Amino acid sequence: MSETLSPVLDERFRAAAAAEGLLDVAYDILPDTAIGALLVGVSERGVCRITFDPDPERELEQLARLHGPRVLRVSKSVERVRIELDEYLDGRRRHFDVEPDIRVVPEFHRVVLEELAQVEYGSTTTYGALAAKTGHPRAARAVGTVMHRNPVPIVLPCHRVVGANGSLTGYGGGLDRKELLLRLEGAIL
Amino acid sequence: MAVAVPPFETFYEAHNEEVFRFLGRRLGRERAEDAFQETFLRALRAYPRLEHGEHLRAWVLTIASRIVVDLARRQRPQGELPELATEDGRPAFEELAPLTEALPPKERAAVVLRYGYDLGYDEIGAALGSTEAAARQAASAGVRKLRKEQQ
Repeated sequence: MSETLSPVLDERFRAAAAAEGLLDVAYDILPDTAIGALLVGVSERGVCRITFDPDPERELEQLARLHGPRVLRVSKSVERVRIELDEYLDGRRRHFDVEPDIRVVPEFHRVVLEELAQVEYGSTTTYGALAAKTGHPRAARAVGTVMHRNPVPIVLPCHRVVGANGSLTGYGGGLDRKELLLRLEGAIL
Repeated sequence: MAVAVPPFETFYEAHNEEVFRFLGRRLGRERAEDAFQETFLRALRAYPRLEHGEHLRAWVLTIASRIVVDLARRQRPQGELPELATEDGRPAFEELAPLTEALPPKERAAVVLRYGYDLGYDEIGAALGSTEAAARQAASAGVRKLRKEQQ
């Protein structure tokens, strides 16, 4: 039928929406990265969302609730994050140049996540040590919650935070992925 | 409780094919392509001001209609304007459509959206690419004319 919307026109609209700065969040789903399917969301300020094994419907609702309803899939907008993730997962990048945008998280979470950003590639820290760095040495459990709700895993490296006894403890994307990332970085053998 | 405004992606995926077909029938494929993009860009600009997620189909078809009218006006400044009908089968709209046929397009759209679809003037203003005040004015001017006609 001649009157169906062509993919070219569809993509053109999406790109125009992003180019005019009309979006709260542009996102795309990367179906086959080295660490599985990821949804990546970017705002005007940087990367605001990375989700493992995304359930798009639920994820879009959440992005809209947190950032505003103008959420649209625009592959071009997440291109830079996609490239950096690929390089990182391929062992060719140790540091992300894209800025994380964590404006929507509560204050305590932001403080912890900013401290987390300082944990270097290839090293690990503990929940307790991270808590101490934020001036709340007894808040290890709360730090665990912040890690679990980290809106931009990988870019903000919550996989580098482990239990005081060296156990991997937990990971939003599953322990297998935490292990894979730490192995990739040479933090564990 | 009012239906929440869905993420734009969901709204766009639900209505893009229908809007494109609608524009294609009115404008032909080539001109429909530009009008399609303009329709959804206009919807996107107005989207944060929507207060609820009801009647979104009528809303976006109205934006598309408005663009058809704008294009027609540009093309034949003194000519006759195309009909401003959406394809929605809502009874309120169907009743209003023949009644409002003689109104100028902007007044007609404002009357139909206000009384047929119960949209707020802010939404109507956004749909028509003008202001809340202009939408209110257009609707009341339209209603005045209809009253006069019925007397």
